[in-house]
Amino acid sequence: MSEKTTSSNKSFLNDAANRALIFQIVLLAIVVFVGYYLFSNLQANLADQGISTGFAFLNQPAGFPVLIHLIDYTEADTYGRAFAVALINTLVISLMGIVLATIIGVIMGLARLSSNWLVARLATVYIETLRNIPLLLQMFFWYFAVLAALPIPKNSIILGDFFLNKRGVYSPNPVTQDGFGLVIAGFVFSIIAAIALIVWAKKRQTRTGLWFPAYWSSLGMIVVITVLALVISGFPIEFELPQKSRFNVTGGMVLPPEFVAVLIALSTYTGAFIAEIVRAGILSVSWGQTEAARSLGLKDSLTQRLIVLPQALRVIIPPLTSQFLNLTKNSSLGAAIAYPELVAVVMGTTLNQTGQAIESIGLCMLVYGTLSLTISLFMNWYNKKMSLAER
Amino acid sequence: MKSNVGKLLSTAAIAATISAGATAATLDDVKAKGFIQCGVSTGVPGFSNADSNGDWSGIDVDVCRATAAAIFNDPQKVKFTPLSAKERFTALQSGEIDILSRNTTWTYTRDNSLGLDFTTVNFYDGQGFIVRKDLGVTSAMELDGATVCTEQGTTTELNMADFFRKHKMSYVPVIVQKVDEALAAYDSGRCDVYTTDKSGLAAHRTKLASPSEHVILPETISKEPLGPVVRHGDNQWKDIVTWSLFVQINAEEMGITSKNVAKIKSETNDPGIKRLLGVDGDMGAQLNLSSDWAYNIISKVGNYGEVFARNVGPETAVNLPRGLNALWTEGGVLYAPPVR
Repeated sequence: MSEKTTSSNKSFLNDAANRALIFQIVLLAIVVFVGYYLFSNLQANLADQGISTGFAFLNQPAGFPVLIHLIDYTEADTYGRAFAVALINTLVISLMGIVLATIIGVIMGLARLSSNWLVARLATVYIETLRNIPLLLQMFFWYFAVLAALPIPKNSIILGDFFLNKRGVYSPNPVTQDGFGLVIAGFVFSIIAAIALIVWAKKRQTRTGLWFPAYWSSLGMIVVITVLALVISGFPIEFELPQKSRFNVTGGMVLPPEFVAVLIALSTYTGAFIAEIVRAGILSVSWGQTEAARSLGLKDSLTQRLIVLPQALRVIIPPLTSQFLNLTKNSSLGAAIAYPELVAVVMGTTLNQTGQAIESIGLCMLVYGTLSLTISLFMNWYNKKMSLAER
Repeated sequence: MKSNVGKLLSTAAIAATISAGATAATLDDVKAKGFIQCGVSTGVPGFSNADSNGDWSGIDVDVCRATAAAIFNDPQKVKFTPLSAKERFTALQSGEIDILSRNTTWTYTRDNSLGLDFTTVNFYDGQGFIVRKDLGVTSAMELDGATVCTEQGTTTELNMADFFRKHKMSYVPVIVQKVDEALAAYDSGRCDVYTTDKSGLAAHRTKLASPSEHVILPETISKEPLGPVVRHGDNQWKDIVTWSLFVQINAEEMGITSKNVAKIKSETNDPGIKRLLGVDGDMGAQLNLSSDWAYNIISKVGNYGEVFARNVGPETAVNLPRGLNALWTEGGVLYAPPVR
């Protein structure tokens, strides 16, 4: 009874929970007010100076060309479409960079731990060199080194139907004919079958302990079924061949040197950092684990795959996430060597032609923010999945 | 929450820079700080280029020097901000610079949607192409299928696109962020053609590994009136920059040079010249300047002809003919309103 009285006598403000709530509300109000003040100040000043605002410019024709576009794009298309083209270019280079950097990083990280003296030293030299040279410099190096090493179009290096010169690598462009649907159907079917096989093999192993080479056999199955479908439908692919023209090689598929230079620079640079992360992760797993696995009779490859790597991954994933984020953001340096990614197209050309500085930069910030958060979310999910399951 | 703070800070930064630029009366600001902050290119020989001592020279640099001479009687009271093509308008809008004199083309959109004002034209230019001689190309109409290098964020990019579309020719665009890298890409053979304003082609040719192996094609595919730019809304400042240039053109027309201006001032009977040099009347007061402001421009910087000859004329490595930039009396289009 007496306790109840004291608690009801307590003033509203004396309750810690209430106080915390009030502080939150006050802080939020301040943040909103300051934000509103700055925004309205900006609007007023822009209006004073006669600078037009808004995103209407995205619907106007862009009028400028873009070197690399994976979706159809001509000068007659809008700034909005140019933005989409640039966004795709950023995504492609980031994703390919992440995959390649991870592969390079794992190989180099393992190599640095190798018992082979030469391999370990070479990996050390690679890691220490690339980590310590600014990325922009490396991009210029790859771009101009690649350009300097290759011949002019007139003297292209020709390998069968492949051409190699300063303008890029030209390869035959596969054009699908009628009946290609069968090949796609066969490919999709074989992938579904492969997944089913892997699931079945795993279930059987937990139930009976019997092991089945599911990965190799499903790979074989995919290849066999796809090739079979190709043969049945009578190879419904024709190749558009690159040909020499007055200035350049035309036709076929082109891999421009800008793309290659950015990809090499991004993946080797980030790969060097990932190598160190991988090495740290593996070293963090105590040697006793390996010895225990060996004494159970596991061979070396299984020891690595089943014992060391899962434990190392827990250490590796969080810093690896940062490297993926870095790589995505570093792709913006591609603008310096004519790779038409987001910064080049939106903050460069679009901003200059339209004068919509705040909108253009805002768009870019939004995209990089969203990309980074998405990668972060995915990696956090993966981290949780790989973390120690305590029973 | 964290991202909100980031957004706020960036909005704050943008808002702060914009509001700094909103102050009027640039002349008072300039007088108070004692120098003009002049936005120039990162290096176009003959237009704005720094030598090994960091001293800037060029036809665009002299626009700022003439204005400084008019205000301070000292053409050295200028500080320079080198800007890439994509940075230049923001620098002027935000108040970081007082004059943008960076071979900038006067266009409708730039004049009307950026909060900026073009003053007048200090160089009449047009876009052209440069190619390697050994390609055997003699006309821009033969460029179907060519790979074209250029700098990002200029009218050049759009003119190039328009030209190839108009003539139904295909091309591969390689658009590089900064002019030096764009030029290096062309020089290394990434592109068949490099395109920019013809004056720029002549200037940049001097930077190539072997300038004599390249040829500028005869076609001019666009009108490129280049001139200094100021912020919109400060009419007095715009008038000062505009008339500093008009004075130089008028001086050339009247035969007044930096060498003979002192003599002419003391000896002349021509009422027009007397008005210009501040012997009669007080023309300077209309611009809030001293009466000998025009005299100072001519004696310290020279007339337009002298500026042209010193920076881009046949005696220099850039080696441009006067062409359109000759006086109207000599077949060009330079025509300045009278000082009256």
